[in-house]
Amino acid sequence: MAELYHAVAQAIRQDELCAVVTVLSGDEIGRKLLVRRERKVEGSSSAVAAAGSLGHTALDQAALARAAEAMEARRTARISLPVEEQEWDLLIDVHAPQERLVIVGAVHIAIPLVSFARELGLYTVVIDARPIFATQDRFGHVDELIRSWPDEALQEMKLNESSYVVTLTHDEKLDTPALICALNSPVGYIGALGSKRTHAKRVAALQEAGVSDQQISRIHAPIGLDLGGRSPGEIALAIMAEIVQVRNRSKEAGR
Amino acid sequence: MKEILAEIDNWQQAGKRVALATVVQVYGSAPRPLGAKLAVSEDGAMVGSVSGGCVESATVQEALEALEAGAPRLVSYGIADETAWEVGLACGGTIEVFIEPLDW
Repeated sequence: MAELYHAVAQAIRQDELCAVVTVLSGDEIGRKLLVRRERKVEGSSSAVAAAGSLGHTALDQAALARAAEAMEARRTARISLPVEEQEWDLLIDVHAPQERLVIVGAVHIAIPLVSFARELGLYTVVIDARPIFATQDRFGHVDELIRSWPDEALQEMKLNESSYVVTLTHDEKLDTPALICALNSPVGYIGALGSKRTHAKRVAALQEAGVSDQQISRIHAPIGLDLGGRSPGEIALAIMAEIVQVRNRSKEAGR
Repeated sequence: MKEILAEIDNWQQAGKRVALATVVQVYGSAPRPLGAKLAVSEDGAMVGSVSGGCVESATVQEALEALEAGAPRLVSYGIADETAWEVGLACGGTIEVFIEPLDW
């Protein structure tokens, strides 16, 4: 009893992508199959049935294939699956890693941005090596406040598709190495604060560092949707809105 | 799901039985997406949500019954203009909710 649930809870807590398939009607109602990813040697991974069963081997196999697709698309789905002359009413419940917003620069804009992100259920991280900026007083509401150099901190994090990185320091020496780190990872969003002129200088610096134009084009700059605002709260809202838009469009594309 | 794990832990550690409700179908406009969850303890406390607040109390009732019966059930809420208000989905959408004892 409760073994499958504990495996699911553990996977979710570890920010591991997994899926739980449940039979929703018929004789096997309530039966479950937990699907996880197993890492292979070359770094690729494949979906495996990790625990439980829907009651029939052929059904488990067919459900595993569909769960693998749903996990790939990061999308929970209700399906009708024909196996052994029966239609099976199933929910494939995909648990995707926690979305995470990593803010480089404990500047004024970062304060409301953390609030907005938390409201939307994102885990928030603020990185700044400058002790005057990265204070508990200013960032008592952030999930994680890291006082170190942005590129070093980013390298230690496991940035994935559910991570979003924004650079807000206005300081090339801090922003550029952070951007290079983010561009070397599969993060779902990268945004950099600064005017068009600042960004042109930044692009030149990145090119000089050997970053390809294709990679550079992943950076959203000027950052945020054009809401026409100027206050820190308005800019934070524009940034958050853009992240939501990018994230929802990529989910739509993976459908 | 992550946001309700801690509360479920608390309940289970206190020796309480728990039921889990999951949105498994959404027709029309509904406030919570597929997979949204509400957990219910045997004494009627809840965490999470399956709607914007409109069918939570009905779901808690069904969850307590599912715990009594020791078996899962599939419940549909919503639709027709008159009944929309009755069950509380003022938005006019329909949702199906799978309610099960958390004993797996």
